[in-house]
Amino acid sequence: MSLHPLAIELLQLALLLGLAPAFAGWVKIVKCRLQGRTSPGLLQPYRDISRLFIKDVTLAEGASWIFRFTPYLIFGVTVLAGAIIPLVSTELPLADTADIIALVMLFAIVRFFTALAGMDIGTAFGGMGSSREMMISALAEPAMLMAVFTVSLTSSSTSLTRMVEVMSRGDFTIRPSMAFALIAFILVALAETGRIPVDNPATHLELTMIHEAMILEYSGRYLALIEWAGMMKLMLFFSLGIAAFTPWGIATSGEPLALLAGAALFILKLLLGGVIMVLIETSMAKMRIFRVPEYLGSAFLLATLGMIAFFILE
Amino acid sequence: MTALDIAGFSILLLLGTAVVCPLFSRWERLLIPVAFALAAFAAGAVTLAGFLALSQGINSAATIPLGLPGLPFNIRLDPLAGFFLIVIGTLSLFTSIYSIGYVRSYLGQRPVTPLVLFYLLFMAGMLLVIIADDAYLFLVAWELMAAASYFLVMYEDERAENRRAAFLYLLVAHVGAIGILLSFGVMAGLATGFDRFDGYTFDAMRAAHLSPGWSTAAFFLAFFGFAAKAGVIPLHVWLPEAHPVAPSNVSALMSGVMLKTSIYGMVRVGFDLLGEFPWWWGGIVLVFGLISAVLGVLYALMQHDLKRLLAYHSVENIGIILIGLGLAMIFTAFHFPALAALALVAALYHTLNHALFKGLLFMGAGAVIHATRERNMEEMGGLIRPLPWTSGLFLVGCISISGLPPFNGFVSEWLTFQAFLLSPALPQPLLKLLIPLGAALLALTGALAAACFVKAFGVTFLGSRRGHRKGEKIHEVGPAMLLGMSLTALSCLALGVLPTFVIGWLDAIPQQLLGGHLATTAGQFGWLWLTPATADRASYSGPLVFGVILAVVAVTYLLLHVRGASIRRVPLWDCGFERITPRMQYTATAFAMPIRRVLGFLFDIREQVELVSPQNHPVMADNIRYRLRIRDRIWAWLYAPQADAAFWVARWVGKLQQGRIQIYLMYSFVTLIVLLVFLG
Repeated sequence: MSLHPLAIELLQLALLLGLAPAFAGWVKIVKCRLQGRTSPGLLQPYRDISRLFIKDVTLAEGASWIFRFTPYLIFGVTVLAGAIIPLVSTELPLADTADIIALVMLFAIVRFFTALAGMDIGTAFGGMGSSREMMISALAEPAMLMAVFTVSLTSSSTSLTRMVEVMSRGDFTIRPSMAFALIAFILVALAETGRIPVDNPATHLELTMIHEAMILEYSGRYLALIEWAGMMKLMLFFSLGIAAFTPWGIATSGEPLALLAGAALFILKLLLGGVIMVLIETSMAKMRIFRVPEYLGSAFLLATLGMIAFFILE
Repeated sequence: MTALDIAGFSILLLLGTAVVCPLFSRWERLLIPVAFALAAFAAGAVTLAGFLALSQGINSAATIPLGLPGLPFNIRLDPLAGFFLIVIGTLSLFTSIYSIGYVRSYLGQRPVTPLVLFYLLFMAGMLLVIIADDAYLFLVAWELMAAASYFLVMYEDERAENRRAAFLYLLVAHVGAIGILLSFGVMAGLATGFDRFDGYTFDAMRAAHLSPGWSTAAFFLAFFGFAAKAGVIPLHVWLPEAHPVAPSNVSALMSGVMLKTSIYGMVRVGFDLLGEFPWWWGGIVLVFGLISAVLGVLYALMQHDLKRLLAYHSVENIGIILIGLGLAMIFTAFHFPALAALALVAALYHTLNHALFKGLLFMGAGAVIHATRERNMEEMGGLIRPLPWTSGLFLVGCISISGLPPFNGFVSEWLTFQAFLLSPALPQPLLKLLIPLGAALLALTGALAAACFVKAFGVTFLGSRRGHRKGEKIHEVGPAMLLGMSLTALSCLALGVLPTFVIGWLDAIPQQLLGGHLATTAGQFGWLWLTPATADRASYSGPLVFGVILAVVAVTYLLLHVRGASIRRVPLWDCGFERITPRMQYTATAFAMPIRRVLGFLFDIREQVELVSPQNHPVMADNIRYRLRIRDRIWAWLYAPQADAAFWVARWVGKLQQGRIQIYLMYSFVTLIVLLVFLG
């Protein structure tokens, strides 16, 4: 027996929506442990979100409909992205909705509207955050595309399910192009999800805020939606990396046992990935904003090297 | 009535209306709705004709007994011409509706009859360029278009900057026209020999076999001429001067469709008249496209005049179209008709998309300027409240031009990316490596465009008004203008959500020109999935993206509003500063500062900070004055030396002019002697 693809789709969405806060909590736990602090526990993000959902909204007088619409849109687009990336199984009916380039552009919509919302209230903070975010994204986009391009060379496809199938079916060979692309992808993903060394999600200091500056004026359910979508986005970038580089063990059918194994392996990879990210974050300091171009420039160069390696070596 | 008849009679209708226009200049209030309604009707009819030609693959020609004796005008309607008739017709239809409301605002300020007259001639000129089937009619129509648009740019001629812009425009347009004329001359001359006249038809040129050297000369002369009209960097200098100063309905047409006649010209000359070419032609087109795209968007980011910003984005988008064309040429030269078809369709789709969203943005900018009497973004802000509809429609344009799904700009950029990603099929190792770097530049362009439109929309419509004047009241624009913009916005959405239909129709063009076509869709519910190469390769589903986002947003909204949580409106949080003013918001200049700093080496930037302090003490300044001047380096490198040289030569030649009759008589005498000695 095997599950209907639509059921798998719904299961995957439930997994994403349910586990994203736990993953954020896991990252926090590991970080606290490494930095010698006591952690608030795995469930703290759930408590944060539910508290925000209950609270009333405080809205600045000048806020327009853009400001109120943005959280819903961010949430909706992130859920759609979650329906496209294969997490547990490749049997996803919605996976063909967008290939990896379109997927990157979906995250660009999120950024576009977040930046607009940052400018909506008319404070200097919001404008500052929007301006910086758009600069970083402009430099991250070419590097992201080169990494994607290098990965897509192996499977000669930009469709995610296709990439996963080719990667997981083939035997384990070390491909230099993939190694370069993976490093480039990690560098870009840290920038896109607003982690150290590009942005610090925990800061509210004027000089260093980027993403937080844009959403500073949000409260109540709006903030809850944004925070939840942010956690999902973090998890989705990990899933994207897992799908593109280490998809081994993912279910290719709808059989419950295979799905279960796929889910267990996925969660294991996710936990491991979280530890790696925390190691990077803890061992580095946040960069000055005008050092970011060099950082993203090196990501771009690495991805280009990966592509050259593919054409020369493979 | 055939499609060609419909197109021909529509153009006659436009010309006829233009001719009788001056008779009604005393009844301008009546002239505006009638003339623009006729223009809209003609535009609609032309769109229909184009659609018939495209969807049924019509290829019909006719000869009109006009023109010089022995040189009649030839017209033809084939799928390529049909597609460009659709591009011009659709946007002209929408801008004509918009103009009914927009031009009315000039009533009582200045005579509007010339505006109406040249608007009609301009439309007729563009349409004639598309259906012309010989070099003679093509150039006559091309000049009609250029002259009419010159007068439209000059419309508000009391300002010196407008006169300067119009002159520069006319100059570049004519330098370009010389290139096109020479290119046709080469092709026509070699088709039938230089002693006969009947080589001027496109049919004769198609049949001619040119040697590689001559065909290269013909192509690059034409490319130069069309690039000058399209505003390809480094021939773009007139564009950001001329487009902003024209009335906004004309800016919409100039940026949206007039530039596209050059794209038409390039496709016609490259793929149709010449047909065979080496890959490096495409490489050069691709490189010019990349340069225009990246530099165009960077220059746009530095602007704070709303219409100038949009004009620079036209340079960028022409670049993106050229990228598609260049790729199509490279693939054609290496005999990959299916891949070339993909790249060509991407370029043509972007042509249509850019016409619509740029038209929409210029119309929106016109509405903003109409309402605020202001072009400088630094004085705007908060306009989303007095202009709710305009701002929403402008936002649609911003999302479309930034290439974000589910709107139309995304689909064509995505197709261009797919064309890039197919380049590993090429047999040349160097091209395999270099072409993907072009894809990275295209990604940079897209992201910078998004940054630029966050800036444009955020500074203009969001926040609060920066340059508030006492007693100023801003009103939403009238129904005709809103209708024109709404229809354009709806088309942007439709082209983004339902691309499979459009590409299905567009497929007739690569079939006509390249003999290859796209496998657009596959399997069940084919219209749902856009799969340009194969289903395995890549897919995108506009309807699903749009539908799922809409559904999740609606469900979330409803779930959160079951419990009626209240919203408390409070004053802006001011960090305890207490006197926060609209002047403290981020400005357009401030927004672009990080990018200016990172990529500033591409510009000629001079930044000055002046402190005015009573004690001459740097810390105790009363007043800080910040000056920023950003210039196009290309002007200084390429144009300024030429202008200087021209002046120098003119001054030197001017010494001949002494103003005394004896000296002039002596010149005649010397000339006569010289002629007698050498010719006698």
